[in-house]
Amino acid sequence: MNSPATSTQTNSNEQHLVLYFQVHQPRRLNKINFFSIGTHPEYFDDKLNREIIQRVAKDCYLPANALLLDLIRKHPQIKACFSISGVALAQFEEYVPEVLESFRALAQTGNVEFLCETNCHSLASLISADEFQTQVFEHAENIYRHLGVRPAVFRNTELIYSNAIGTQIANMGFKGMITDGVDRVLGKRSTFQLYHHPENSNFKLLLRSNRLSDDIAFRYVQGNAVLSAERYANWLNNMPVTEPVITLGMDYETFGEHYKKTSGIFDFMKGILTKVAKDRKFRFSTPSEVIGLVNSNQALDIDGAISWADERKDLSAWLGNDMQRDAFDMTKSLEASVKRTANTALLNTWRALQTSDHFYYMCTKKLNDGDVHSYFSHYPSPYEAFINYMNVMSDFVIRVKAASAQAELTEAAKQNEYERQHPQVPFWAERKSAEIRQEVFVSH
Amino acid sequence: MRVLMFGWEFPPQISGGLGTACYGLTQALVQEGIDVLFVVPKLMGDEPDNGSKLLSASNVGIRQVVSTDTEEQHFTRFKHFLKEGSFTTLEVPSTLSAYNMAHLQEPVHALAHWNYPVNVAETSVESKTHVTQSSTGSLYSFKGGYGPQLIEEVFRYAQVASEIATSEEFDIIHAHDWMTYPAAIAAKRLSGKPMVVHVHATEFDRAGKQGSEMVYTIEREGLDEADKIVAVSQWTKRILVERYDIAANKIEVVHNGVIPEEKPIPEVKQTLGSHVVTFLGRITYQKGPEYFVEAAEKVLNLFPDAHFIMAGSGDFMPQIIEKVARLKLSSRFHFTGFLKKDEIDQVLASTSVYVMPSVSEPFGITPLEAIQRNVPIIISNQSGVSEVMHHALKVDFWDTEALSQAICSVLHYGSLSRELKRNAGKAIDTITWEKAAQRLNNLYYELTSNINPN
Repeated sequence: MNSPATSTQTNSNEQHLVLYFQVHQPRRLNKINFFSIGTHPEYFDDKLNREIIQRVAKDCYLPANALLLDLIRKHPQIKACFSISGVALAQFEEYVPEVLESFRALAQTGNVEFLCETNCHSLASLISADEFQTQVFEHAENIYRHLGVRPAVFRNTELIYSNAIGTQIANMGFKGMITDGVDRVLGKRSTFQLYHHPENSNFKLLLRSNRLSDDIAFRYVQGNAVLSAERYANWLNNMPVTEPVITLGMDYETFGEHYKKTSGIFDFMKGILTKVAKDRKFRFSTPSEVIGLVNSNQALDIDGAISWADERKDLSAWLGNDMQRDAFDMTKSLEASVKRTANTALLNTWRALQTSDHFYYMCTKKLNDGDVHSYFSHYPSPYEAFINYMNVMSDFVIRVKAASAQAELTEAAKQNEYERQHPQVPFWAERKSAEIRQEVFVSH
Repeated sequence: MRVLMFGWEFPPQISGGLGTACYGLTQALVQEGIDVLFVVPKLMGDEPDNGSKLLSASNVGIRQVVSTDTEEQHFTRFKHFLKEGSFTTLEVPSTLSAYNMAHLQEPVHALAHWNYPVNVAETSVESKTHVTQSSTGSLYSFKGGYGPQLIEEVFRYAQVASEIATSEEFDIIHAHDWMTYPAAIAAKRLSGKPMVVHVHATEFDRAGKQGSEMVYTIEREGLDEADKIVAVSQWTKRILVERYDIAANKIEVVHNGVIPEEKPIPEVKQTLGSHVVTFLGRITYQKGPEYFVEAAEKVLNLFPDAHFIMAGSGDFMPQIIEKVARLKLSSRFHFTGFLKKDEIDQVLASTSVYVMPSVSEPFGITPLEAIQRNVPIIISNQSGVSEVMHHALKVDFWDTEALSQAICSVLHYGSLSRELKRNAGKAIDTITWEKAAQRLNNLYYELTSNINPN
């Protein structure tokens, strides 16, 4: 395993460019009929999931990875980091193993860092500390198993972050997190500095520049024109030298899926990376390197949760209406009962149902944001998304109840057997027999 | 800008969406600074004053009326007459039996297919034509409405139109639905002014493939003559393109608006329980009542306490009642017949979910009225309203499985019902007549200033 953080001397005038790409594909649900609640239908539309992941692999993951690998070979100073959700990893493994292969090739260059997240790309940080930790470790294991590296920096689902989440992640042994540079928490402070947790100065925070990132992810095509690599490089080069860290974070699907190949997005990627590599104003760094090389001067105190989503950069994309809260609360409320069943299949299903996308589909915020939501949704409306999810959940609850009843029965049987083997002696009888033994012993 | 507008209804003399639409639209047009001259068949004197000039067709003298021809001859002669511009005063024969078409002579059945409910009181009036002499010519006393004399009145209305077209100043002609197309054509031929026809419904919506040939012909003629066609939805535009062979670029879609509701939601007087599903509209082929019943049967399997209200009347009512009885659902169904406004409010106040399974609904104002009464709605994809209201559950009218599931979901998931109500309540404020009027104002400008965007 490489340790890039220690490979270079600290240079305070250096400016770091962090490229962070998010890779995620949810397991989309089957259309579950209201009348089939209780009949335990198959929840996941794996035919659709396979189709989508194969398509996106062909349009995005494979060509983008090939391009990145090629660029790294030509310009070894190019570096990047990925966060690949466990749900995506599992689907790659099942449907398109060559994608995993291409990520492994990137991992082996030593120029690419892989971040940790919740395995099922969930809102577990809002469920319970115990569940959150379980999912984080599960993902770390998966990253190691598939890519052979141990992640050291964390990114929470949709960059959701708060002080409390930071504390939990620090306690799990991570060096830092990436979250969004949200104006309302930064105030006049800069997005382009390294910050730390208010109670733990060793736990660092890299902030995604939402403006510069969205210039690519959402504004690459403007009307008939596309953003040129030269223009974008100029924006970067105009960045004052007093700003040490520029973090660009976006869905990896931006390259080839959201913007198709014909839009020239791959040429843009190639152009911008080559130009930054040649200009040498910036040093490409991974988050771990930044944490090792840059001093953090200020604590960033984030009390209420922030995220990278929509205009409001809060939780409202997933928990912004009654339906979303209703659905999420129902899922959350099952934690104890699902765990009591100790049934791995049920636990896995419960976690797969926590994937944040399910709640995102139910978002009813229209206008600007709604467009983004409907782009990502395979449902005709947020209402159908809610109905379908709740139908699944209603069926799942029945399964959990049945399994708990079974588990209780088993528990009761064990108890009976234990009691048969260890007959209970009433305390008076016990005392008496002890006295008798005493007497017998004494009398000898 | 002065618009000569031909309508068939105006509040309070309305029996359906057309009158409401004309009222909302003219009100907004006047706000836009448009001068509207609105011609209706019959004015009762209690129309609300919205700033536009209302002209009752009954008060305009007719100086020529044709006699007993076949309808074909009538049509030809009518046109011919207009071209020549020869005016002669003729007395109208009292037995105007020119429209001796069998299916039109069965008023109740045929007319129940119209997009508008038949006013029973009027249909029972014997179809004698009243022609009175006046100094300006003969005054034809229009019944308005949709009685058995409908076709007859349509052509008389057209004759009145030519009167108006010669005596009034205007820049553009705007006609609402087929009843007024002959009038608009007459006015256009006399004045040479551009003509807009506004399609609120087509014969195809009303009767599917069983529509009246006569009505279809009149519609075709109006659509062909028009310089521009306004359709109330993409759905209607598609019908015009596919069923009437109209070039798509001749049609502009201008969605209807909804007049904000000011009256408070009434207290619920009687309640049928917490699961009340309501169908509100005419019980006719077009509105898909049988799909409502089939879905209800499925819903009752899971919600045995649910109640289904069918508010409205129409020619499908007997067979629907029979169907409900055959399925043994009568104790769960409530047929209210035709309801007045405050009765509708009462029904909606106790409704859990409103359902409109229309087979073909050009626009559909009632679901929006349900939203104004804080009721979540389920509508068919085959409706214009589904193009503008996104906070609704939408199903294909024939898919009773999907419909029943949608009903169950709204009944079962409280947060779904709340979000539908809340978001629809907000979104409805954006569906305004002002928007429609602005679009029309632009259209008028384009047509009168000879700008040809195509």
